[in-house]
Amino acid sequence: MAGLRQIAFYGKGGIGKSTTSQNTLAALAEMGQRILIVGCDPKADSTRLILHAKAQDTILSLAAEAGSVEDLELDDVMKTGYKDIRCVESGGPEPGVGCAGRGVITSINFLEENGAYEGIDYVSYDVLGDVVCGGFAMPIRENKAQEIYIVMSGEMMAMYAANNISKGILKYANSGGVRLGGLVCNERQTDKELELADALAKKLGTRLIHFVPRDNVVQHAELRRMTVLEYAPDSKQADEYRALAGKIHANAGKGVIPTPITMDELEELLMEHGLMKAVDESIVGKTAAEMTSAA
Amino acid sequence: MTQNSDNVLDHFDLFRGPEYQEMFKNKRKNFENPVADSGVDEVCEWTKTMEYRDKNFARQALTINPAKACQPLGAVFASVGFEGTLPFVHGSQGCVAYYRSHLSRHFKEPTSCVSSSMTEDAAVFGGLNNMIDGLANAYSLYKPKMIAVSTTCMAEVIGDDLNGFIKNAKDKGSVPQDFDVPYAHTPAFVGSHVTGYDNALKGILEHFWNGRERSVCERINFIGGFDGFAVGNLREVKRLLGLMGVEHTILADNSDVFDTPTDGQFRMYDGGTTLEDTKAALDARATVSMQEFCTEKTLAYCREHGQEVAALNYPVGVRGTDRFLMEIARLTGKPIPEAIVKERGRMVDAIADSQSHIHGKRFALYGDPDVTLGLTEFLLELGAEPVHVLSTNGGKEWEARVQALLDGSPFGRGGHAYPGRDLWHMRSLLFTEPVDFLIGNTYGKYLERDTGIPLIRIGFPIFDRHHKHRYPVWGYQGAMNVLVWVLDKIFDEMDRHSNLASKNDYSYDIIR
Repeated sequence: MAGLRQIAFYGKGGIGKSTTSQNTLAALAEMGQRILIVGCDPKADSTRLILHAKAQDTILSLAAEAGSVEDLELDDVMKTGYKDIRCVESGGPEPGVGCAGRGVITSINFLEENGAYEGIDYVSYDVLGDVVCGGFAMPIRENKAQEIYIVMSGEMMAMYAANNISKGILKYANSGGVRLGGLVCNERQTDKELELADALAKKLGTRLIHFVPRDNVVQHAELRRMTVLEYAPDSKQADEYRALAGKIHANAGKGVIPTPITMDELEELLMEHGLMKAVDESIVGKTAAEMTSAA
Repeated sequence: MTQNSDNVLDHFDLFRGPEYQEMFKNKRKNFENPVADSGVDEVCEWTKTMEYRDKNFARQALTINPAKACQPLGAVFASVGFEGTLPFVHGSQGCVAYYRSHLSRHFKEPTSCVSSSMTEDAAVFGGLNNMIDGLANAYSLYKPKMIAVSTTCMAEVIGDDLNGFIKNAKDKGSVPQDFDVPYAHTPAFVGSHVTGYDNALKGILEHFWNGRERSVCERINFIGGFDGFAVGNLREVKRLLGLMGVEHTILADNSDVFDTPTDGQFRMYDGGTTLEDTKAALDARATVSMQEFCTEKTLAYCREHGQEVAALNYPVGVRGTDRFLMEIARLTGKPIPEAIVKERGRMVDAIADSQSHIHGKRFALYGDPDVTLGLTEFLLELGAEPVHVLSTNGGKEWEARVQALLDGSPFGRGGHAYPGRDLWHMRSLLFTEPVDFLIGNTYGKYLERDTGIPLIRIGFPIFDRHHKHRYPVWGYQGAMNVLVWVLDKIFDEMDRHSNLASKNDYSYDIIR
């Protein structure tokens, strides 16, 4: 397994993590890299653009059918898609029951024990939302992903999530080898998005590795369950993903230990860029009626 | 060969043979990276100092030998006290093996209890299927009258919903719709076995009482609480109430299932509070708990239903029993009969006969909150001095109550309550402020070995002495048992310290 690169994509839900990661990985595959995608989201949509399929059979759904994880074979769960990219989805429970975090742990252990990481150059984990519990930090743990890429945008909650994920990385960085590879800004066309993303990257002690512009071709490709790389290889957007892939490829070993900031610092940052107004402390907690009588 | 089939050596003798001794020596030398004996001794001596005690008590992130168990143990203990009831623990199998063996090692009786056997996929997807299959299997294999469900940590961490699961299982036909399946969430990482007892009992009462109208009658309910002497104690309570002619229901009466006769018939279930009585217990005018800290939520629930409640703290000793009987007399209006008054007189007489030997003896004790409260009061009555009173599952309220007891007696001066501490803390206390005797469960034997302070076995579990659980410690006769155990140890020690021929045997007396 010498030279195996392990990376992970984290970010707020709905930010375009799976789209960004699949397009980027498709670009890496174009570069001749042999790739395995491990989807760590109970929705199991981390590989649909590669496989052209809605959602593949997940490790956990098959395990539940078979009785236990020990009864599964690697071939049952691993599918091959565009440019021979190998895909597995961990899957997970229905909303409201069980423990999705434990599902991630179970799946990754299964893959390692069954030699899923042999004969490939890249493993990429696509992880749901925030680091909400230990299970979702599994890819950050020792001997898993070397670099984490956080997909974000210029929205407050996306930046808040990026900061939280940095906190998760920091927890494990001192005892292990995990590093923050950088931020990937998926353009939402909010005000001063590039500056803001850049400023946040600086605060976190990392850099904005790439700014992915918004382009409708992404939606067109998605409707066909394809990556832009496959659907419109000559488009400008495909080149953007190629650029990002190139940067990630060149980024090996250049990750940093992040320096997450406090909520106050994050708010200050937003105020600096005019995204948030300074709070007038004298009106906090006052009802409309109180305000009128005071005036 | 050291072992041969004509003369099979047991483990006491076998490992003392030269072959094994040689092997142990080599193992230590070659594989254990040994430190010189002098170094070991030096550290060992240091752990006996006040300096070490201060460090020990400043300890935060570590518990060593806690004197408590986890919630489901208490839940299983309470559940088997009902007629034909199979405890069903929703969670992993190993946990349930622990409750079963723990109870069986103490009571020397099999403990019937099943688990829903959750494995890795159940942890991810939730344990609904385990509940459905588990209830169906338990119902058809073991033919219980009731299945009482509790939980292990695993089910609790992933947030399995017992209420919904049981309804679902009934809809799928695992058990009939009207079959009794009470339940309680019993996360092992919250509280201790006494909390689990409380939760399980409350769960069972809720199952039978909720939605029913109460029509008050003269009956009184009794709850024993988690108790290693349950067999003896509950039978003693029944005897006393019988003498007083009090109509009563003992809730969670496990005195028979933990003491089944050997007569050729295996009893998976035996005795226990009948389901009819449990239902009717709602109508009782009052509920009396022998252990307040075991029944906080249950008693609050009884009170909500309009019952009068009385909470005692393990009534061992004269004053404790007085309080118990007078409470019954008050609640029922029945006088305390002459026969019991005589028992009291005999007990007081026994104390007077032996008082000179107990007076001024220093004691350390540990155990469950109510047990230590009851024992502390009894020791003070005897003129003994409880110096260290420790309870791992005791909290601030317990501490205040024990301290008030100690401060209220000249024999309690200098005594302290230690809530939330473990047996490694107790070790420091015993070395820095030595006492004459230690009272606790079987695990106290390690402290006895370390400190040389003799252990009197009262508590749960007692694994290494048999049949203690058959003796009551409640009531005047129960107090008599405790008095005898304490005196036996005192006299054994006296003999042990005066038995060297022509050295100190001038005190090796026939008459004590």
